[in-house]
Amino acid sequence: MKERLTYTKSDVPPQRAAVLRAEIESFHVDYCAALDANDVERWPDFFSKEATYRVTSRHNALLNMPVGLIYCEGLDMIIDRAQAVAHSQMFAPRHMLHVLGITRVLHEAGDTVSSQTPFILMQTLVEGPSTVHLAGIYHDRFVREGDRLLIASREVVHDTEILDTALAYPV
Amino acid sequence: MYQSQAVIGITNAKKNPPLEQCVWPADALNNIPDWVYTSQAIYDQEIERIFRGDTWNFVALEAEIPNPGDYKRGYVGATSVVIVRAEDNTISVFENRCAHRGAEFCRSSQGNTKEFVCPYHQWSYDLKGNLQGVPFKRGINKVGGMPADFKNADHGTRQLRVATRNGVVFATYSDKTPPLEEYMTKEIVEEFDVPFSGKKLKILGYCRNELPCNWKMYHENLKDPYHATLLHSFLVVFGLLVPGIKSTVVADKEHGRHGFMASAKPDEVYATVAADDKAEMRSFSDNLRLRDERFLDYVREFKSPWSANMMTMWPNLIVQRQMNTMGVRQIIPNGPNSMVMQWTMFGYEDDTPEMTRHRLRQGNLMGPAGFLGLEDNEALKFVQEGLRNSSTDNNVVKLDAGHQGSARNLISESCIRSLYQYYREVMDIRVAEKAA
Repeated sequence: MKERLTYTKSDVPPQRAAVLRAEIESFHVDYCAALDANDVERWPDFFSKEATYRVTSRHNALLNMPVGLIYCEGLDMIIDRAQAVAHSQMFAPRHMLHVLGITRVLHEAGDTVSSQTPFILMQTLVEGPSTVHLAGIYHDRFVREGDRLLIASREVVHDTEILDTALAYPV
Repeated sequence: MYQSQAVIGITNAKKNPPLEQCVWPADALNNIPDWVYTSQAIYDQEIERIFRGDTWNFVALEAEIPNPGDYKRGYVGATSVVIVRAEDNTISVFENRCAHRGAEFCRSSQGNTKEFVCPYHQWSYDLKGNLQGVPFKRGINKVGGMPADFKNADHGTRQLRVATRNGVVFATYSDKTPPLEEYMTKEIVEEFDVPFSGKKLKILGYCRNELPCNWKMYHENLKDPYHATLLHSFLVVFGLLVPGIKSTVVADKEHGRHGFMASAKPDEVYATVAADDKAEMRSFSDNLRLRDERFLDYVREFKSPWSANMMTMWPNLIVQRQMNTMGVRQIIPNGPNSMVMQWTMFGYEDDTPEMTRHRLRQGNLMGPAGFLGLEDNEALKFVQEGLRNSSTDNNVVKLDAGHQGSARNLISESCIRSLYQYYREVMDIRVAEKAA
């Protein structure tokens, strides 16, 4: 978040951006489908070996604070998180639903693409209403490996300043 | 503030009795009645006697307001306050309420300013909360305006007394609260000074969550070592806290209101647990292994026998140190059935970039998505939901019965018993007479 969340102008021509947007959207659709199916063990499949992943508030991002609700350096930490959530963590059963907005393609250099995508994360507990759990923006850097995009860096920056109880699953 | 599950937020009226019906069961040490957690009248009295009583409330870390004019919003109990460093470098804490019409005038979470101006009618206050200016105080052409006897000095914000220790800021409403160190008591001061030695802190960030549970449950949870080995399989599998480990569970000797739960991690990455103990812990798994073991590296940075120490300071502070992840948590009560937790993570100014990253990696243990934090949050919510509409109304705290104060081992509720003995005195709650 070096630019501290200021508006960043895209340097990708519109027609190229449209192609990349379609590719990134395909990525998001699968990523969210895995998480919305509560299949957290598939979550690491979307990351590159050196990937970093962080969930943090806009408040932290604006103050340039490095802390994360979830903070992973490298695929191994991402796998450890997925395994812990799947097999050792105690929390009430729930369903998550990711609803994504339109992706902005910001930059392309060689095999990497940077983009931003707004999201709303809904949570439904047993016998509960569906509530907005987090609202925010994915700040992503993708790397192309073969015919796939993988996450090299995902910063999940949420506007939500007060979280309902806990965040059980990655976003 | 929000209640996360307002849709199902109704409490049975029997669980919401007026004060005169709040009588503790006769076997007072070993039982906690549900109304302690669910009565609005009890909650209102707690705000008066505890949060606005003779207590030091945590409000901020000095590192958050290092320069003159720096301020942040904060809370004492559920009341919004502003914490400010004035030009003379002193710290002031005052209520975030304009003396005129009550508007909460400070709206930014933090910043730097020369004065505070209420946006409604532009009354202005200095950095200590004193009223400076009232627009049109003498009216227009001497018509209207404030009466001649109106004095700014009589209309400042409500200002609290402030005390600091090694970079941690506390505030109190009461003139009778003893000096901070006396309030903390000696053994708490000693442990408090381990992370807060006076070394400059570096703030690493914040998070905030609402927990649909009574605020006292958070204190109890950190005076309850029994849950730690049963609920938190992570602690057990990685040897951070297992039966038989070197550990201590302390309640302050004077009141039993503060306390800490500390343990010393053995050098092995994975725990060796006796077969008998394993059988008692359903959540234990021999198969849980980490791919990235950096997560469990422990850099010995303090002269302390404890690798972990979770400290509670009555009424609203938790000081968290688990290996190298450190933070303070502030409890903001929010009615009997809800509380807000504000987490502030920190390291030290002289940390190397790698040490900061190490702290951040270990931070995955804590917070509302932490391997430990998540489970506590969930469990406390289950308890509150269980209490609110059940036909039964009592909680049993009989582990290691007959003992109070510091616990003899992890399978004990002695610290919870001493906390409530103190609580009954402060709240002036009657205990039922034993049946003949």
